[in-house]
Amino acid sequence: MNPTSSATLQYATFRIQDLMLGIEVTRVQEVIRYQPMTVVPLAPAVVEGLINLRGQIVIAIDTRRSLGLTRAEGDALPMNIVIQSGDGLVSLLVDEIGDVIDVPAEAYAPVPDNMPQQQRELINCVYDLPTGLMLVLDTARVLENACH
Amino acid sequence: MEFDDEIREFLIESDENLANLDREIVHLEQNPKDMQLISSAFRTIHTIKGTCGFFGYNILGSVTHITENILSQVREGQRDLTPELISLVLEAVDAVKALLATIEATGAEGEDATGPLRARLEAAHREGARQNAEQQPSPASGPQPTAANSHEPGPEAVLHPPTASVPAPSAQSAMSGEPASISTLAASSEAPTAAELPAVPDAPASSRAAAAVSQQRPEPPVNMHADGTDRPVTPPPSPQSEISVAAVPSIAKAAVSVPAQDTARAATPDANRDTQLADSAIRVDVALLNRLMNLVGELVLARNQLLQDTSSHSPALQQTSQRLNLITSELQEGVMKTRMQPIGVIWNKLPRIVRDLASQVGKRIHIEMEGANTELDKTIIEAIKDPLTHIVRNSCDHGIEMPEDRVAKHKKPEGLLLLRAYHEGGVVNIEISDDGAGINPEKVKAKAIEKGLLRAEQAAQLSERDALHIIFLPGFSTAAAITSISGRGVGMDVVKTNIEKIGGSVEVQNRTTGGTIIRIKIPLTLAIIPGLVVTLQGEANSKMQEEGEGEQTGCQRRRGPDGSNGYESYEERFIIPQANLLELVRLEGTDQLKRIENVHGTPVFHHRSKLLPLVYLSRVLGRGRGFNESSRMSEAVNIIVVQAENRQMGLVVDRICDTQEIVVKPLGRQLKGLVSYVGATIMGDGRPALILDVAGLARLAGLGGQTRQAAPPEEALTVRSSARPQMMLLFRAGPYERLAVPLASVDRLEEINTALVERAAGRAVLYYRGDILPLVTVGTVLDSSAANLSITGGLAQVIVFASGAHRLGLMVDQILDIVHEPITAQRATTAAGLLGSAVIGGRITDLIDLQALVASTGENWLEPLSGTTLPAVIPANPIALSSQPVVQ
Repeated sequence: MNPTSSATLQYATFRIQDLMLGIEVTRVQEVIRYQPMTVVPLAPAVVEGLINLRGQIVIAIDTRRSLGLTRAEGDALPMNIVIQSGDGLVSLLVDEIGDVIDVPAEAYAPVPDNMPQQQRELINCVYDLPTGLMLVLDTARVLENACH
Repeated sequence: MEFDDEIREFLIESDENLANLDREIVHLEQNPKDMQLISSAFRTIHTIKGTCGFFGYNILGSVTHITENILSQVREGQRDLTPELISLVLEAVDAVKALLATIEATGAEGEDATGPLRARLEAAHREGARQNAEQQPSPASGPQPTAANSHEPGPEAVLHPPTASVPAPSAQSAMSGEPASISTLAASSEAPTAAELPAVPDAPASSRAAAAVSQQRPEPPVNMHADGTDRPVTPPPSPQSEISVAAVPSIAKAAVSVPAQDTARAATPDANRDTQLADSAIRVDVALLNRLMNLVGELVLARNQLLQDTSSHSPALQQTSQRLNLITSELQEGVMKTRMQPIGVIWNKLPRIVRDLASQVGKRIHIEMEGANTELDKTIIEAIKDPLTHIVRNSCDHGIEMPEDRVAKHKKPEGLLLLRAYHEGGVVNIEISDDGAGINPEKVKAKAIEKGLLRAEQAAQLSERDALHIIFLPGFSTAAAITSISGRGVGMDVVKTNIEKIGGSVEVQNRTTGGTIIRIKIPLTLAIIPGLVVTLQGEANSKMQEEGEGEQTGCQRRRGPDGSNGYESYEERFIIPQANLLELVRLEGTDQLKRIENVHGTPVFHHRSKLLPLVYLSRVLGRGRGFNESSRMSEAVNIIVVQAENRQMGLVVDRICDTQEIVVKPLGRQLKGLVSYVGATIMGDGRPALILDVAGLARLAGLGGQTRQAAPPEEALTVRSSARPQMMLLFRAGPYERLAVPLASVDRLEEINTALVERAAGRAVLYYRGDILPLVTVGTVLDSSAANLSITGGLAQVIVFASGAHRLGLMVDQILDIVHEPITAQRATTAAGLLGSAVIGGRITDLIDLQALVASTGENWLEPLSGTTLPAVIPANPIALSSQPVVQ
C-alpha cells in the first residue's frame, strides 16, 4: 500500500518486542495504562479479555499474539491503545507506548523480506526513520483476524 | 444521506401515510362503497401530493396528482371503484414508494420511469371523466398552480405569483414554484366536514410565516370546502400542535418548514382528532432515546456501586441511597416505556402483503390481527419485522391451499391467517396461525433425509414436534417449486436465529383443527435485567511460558504486592439471567452420590422426579473440570436449575453469589459469535463480567430434546399415573413404617412435650394455641392392636390437621419426608382407616384415611377434609379405586 501524497503523516507509535509499530493518529481514540481484564472463555486466542473504559465494555486484543509472538518476559504490564473500529472501540495491547511522530512520505520503504508471513499480513507499509524501521499496523486486519 | 430535517420529516411521514394507505385500499377492496375509507385514502394521497410539491419533487407530484384525481372521482360518486382501478391505484402507490426510496438514497427523484404508469392513470381518469358529463379533465403535469384540480382554481392562481419568485433561504430543495401557501391551502381544503375543520390560528399567521421567506401575500387564501363551497381558509395548525424534536430547526427554517409539517398534520384523516393527538404526542429521534437508555443504564450501574459501598455507612447516606434506588428504578421503567411501540406498526403492512401474495398465487386469504396494541421495545420490533413477514409469506405460499382444494376439504374457500399478540409473565407472545394444510411431518422428515440433514434412523426416532422443528435447520425447504416469495430454504432458520438473537424462542405446531400455528416468545425488557452472580474458581498457571492449546485458566496477570509477577488464582464471575432461573440446589456429602449419576456418559441428577442433564460450567467453558468420580466426593455441589427453550438442565458452578440488576451490554464483533454469552456487564466494582446464554450453553454441552422423566427404580411399577403431582407428607407411626397424607390437609407440624398431654372425656387432648386439640394416634384408627400404645414420654411429633375452626392432632413417631409427585395407586383396601397403598417416593406407602381419623374423635366436621378421598389415579388394577377427584 502506497502512502498518500501528503507531505507528512502523523503516527502514534508503540513498541512490541523489538518492533516499532505505528497507527495513523486519527484512528487512535486514546492511550491508557494497563486495565484489569476479564477473561472470556472460549474466545479466539488473541482476545485477551474485556476492559471497562468509562462504562463501555471494550475488547482487548493481544497484539503480540496477533503478530505471532510469545508473551512478554518480565514484570511489565501491557499498555492499551484504544482504536476506533467499525462498530465500536477495540483496545490493542502493546508493550510500550511511543511518541506521536511526523513521518515524511519519502521515508517510505518496502517491507523487509525476512519478515515472517504472519507479521507481513498485518503490516500495511514501512517507513525508514532515523530511529529505525516503523511498521504501519493494518488495524482492520488485526481486528478481522481476531474474530476467529 | 445527509438531509435537511424537513426532508427527513417528509420521508418519515410519507412512509407512515403510505402504510396507512395500503391498509385502507386493502379494506376498500372488501368494501368498495365505503365512503369513509375512500375519503380517507383520498386525503392521504392528497397530503403526500401537497408536501412533495413543496419540496419540488415533480415526478412524485404528478403521480400523486393523477391518483388523487381518480380517487376524487370515486369520492364524488362519479365512478365506481372496480378491482382493476384498485390495482391501478396500488401500482401508483408502489411507484410513490419507489420514488421515496430513491429520494432517501440519493436525495433526488432520479430518472423518471413513471411515464407509462402515468399514461395509464390518465387514461383511467379520462375514462372516468367521460362517464360523467360535468367533470373537466385535469392536465397531467407537475404541481404547478395551473394543474390544480377543479376544486381549487382561483385562489391558487392568485397566490402563485407573489411567492414564486422568492427563493426559500434555508430549504435545500429548490422550491418548484408551488409556494407553501398552496400546500397549506391544499391541505386544509381536505377537512372533510365543516365541523371537523381544525381549530387553528388565523390565516395571517401562516402567511406571516410564509412571508418570512416570501413576499407578503395579497389576500388570505380561500379554503375550498370539499363540496365546492368557498370558505375562508383555516390555515394549518400553529407550530405548538406539532413538535418535531429531532429537527430543531433554526428560526428561518422553522418558518419554512412549519407549513410543510402542518400541511401533513392538518391533512391527515380526521384532522381535528389528529390535532388533539398531536398535542399529546411528540416525535423523538430514536438515537436520542438510545442515549437516554444508555444513561439510565449507567445510572443503574452507579447505583449498584453505591449500594455495594454503603452497607456500613451513615444512616443518612443509607437513606439517600435508598431513595436513589427507588428513583433509578422508576426512571429506568419510564425510559423503557418510551421505547415501546405497538406491534401494530409492523402488522400494518401485512394486509397489503397478504393481498398481493394471495392474488399472485390465486388464493383467497383473509388476515385478522388481535392485540395490535401490544407494546414492544423498539429494538424488538426491528428484529422481528422480517421474521414475521417471512412467516406470513410462508403461510400464504405453502400453508393455505388453493380455494378449490379447500372446498374439496370442506373448508371455506377463503383461508384465514390469524395473528395474535399478548403479554404474559414478562414475555411477549406472538402467534401466527393459519387454517391451511398444516405441516406434514413425514414429508418434512423425508426432505431432511434427502438433503442429508438427517439420517434415516435419526428421523425415525423423532417425535412430531421435533420433526416439525426440522424446518428451522439451515438449508431446508420443502417447496417443490421455489417461488420468488419464499421457499429458498434460507427462511426459517434465519427467522429462528433472528428471534433468538433478541433472546426469544420460536416453535411450530400443527393445529388440531388443521393448519399450523407458530408461537414466538420474546422476553420483554432487553437492556436491564436481574441476574444471578455465580463464580468459577480460577487456577494459577504457568501459561506464560507455554503457548498453544493449554487449558484456559481463570487467571490474569497481576502484580503481586511485592512486585513479583505472580499469577494469582481468583474467582471468575458470570451472570445467569433470572429469566432462565428455576431453582438453586446444593448437594452435600452423600446426597451427591445418591442424586448424581452418569447415564451413558452424560452426568444427570435427580430433581423432583425428573432426570436433568448436568452441565459443568467450567467444562463447557473449556476449563476441563467436569464430572468424574472424584468430584462426586467433594464437599458440596452447587447446582443451578435453569431453563431455556423448554429444556431444563442443572448448571454446576463453584459458588453462588447474589442477585443483581445488571445492564446488558453487547459484546463486540470479535466475540459476537460465541453462543455461550448474551452480552456483558460492568459489576459494582467496575470489572466487566460475562452474561451467560443458557440456551447456548445447552447447545455447547450437546443437549437436545426434552427433559426426560425419571425412570422409576423398581420394575414392577410400570403404571404411569395421569394424575397431577401432589405434595404428600410421609411419616412413620406405630407399626406402620410408611404412611402418607396429602400435604394440603396438613395445617402444622408440631413437636410437643408429651408431659403436657392431658385427658378429657377419656381422650387425649392438648391445650394448643388457645384451644383444645384432640390427639389421636394411628392406633386409634388402624390396627387395633396398637390402640393401646401409650404415649411415651419426651417429645412427640404431631401433625395438626385443620378445617375451619376444627383441629385434630395426629401423633406420629417420625416425619419422614415431603414429596411432590403424582400418585400411582396400586391397591385399594377395605381396611379401616386406610384409603389404600401407593408408590410414593419410590416406595410402597399406605395412605391414611383422614375421614376415619376425624370420625374417631367423635366430632362431625362440617366440611370434608381434603384428603378424605383417594387422589385421582388411573388404577393399574381393575378392582376399581374410587376415582373421585381430590378435594383440594
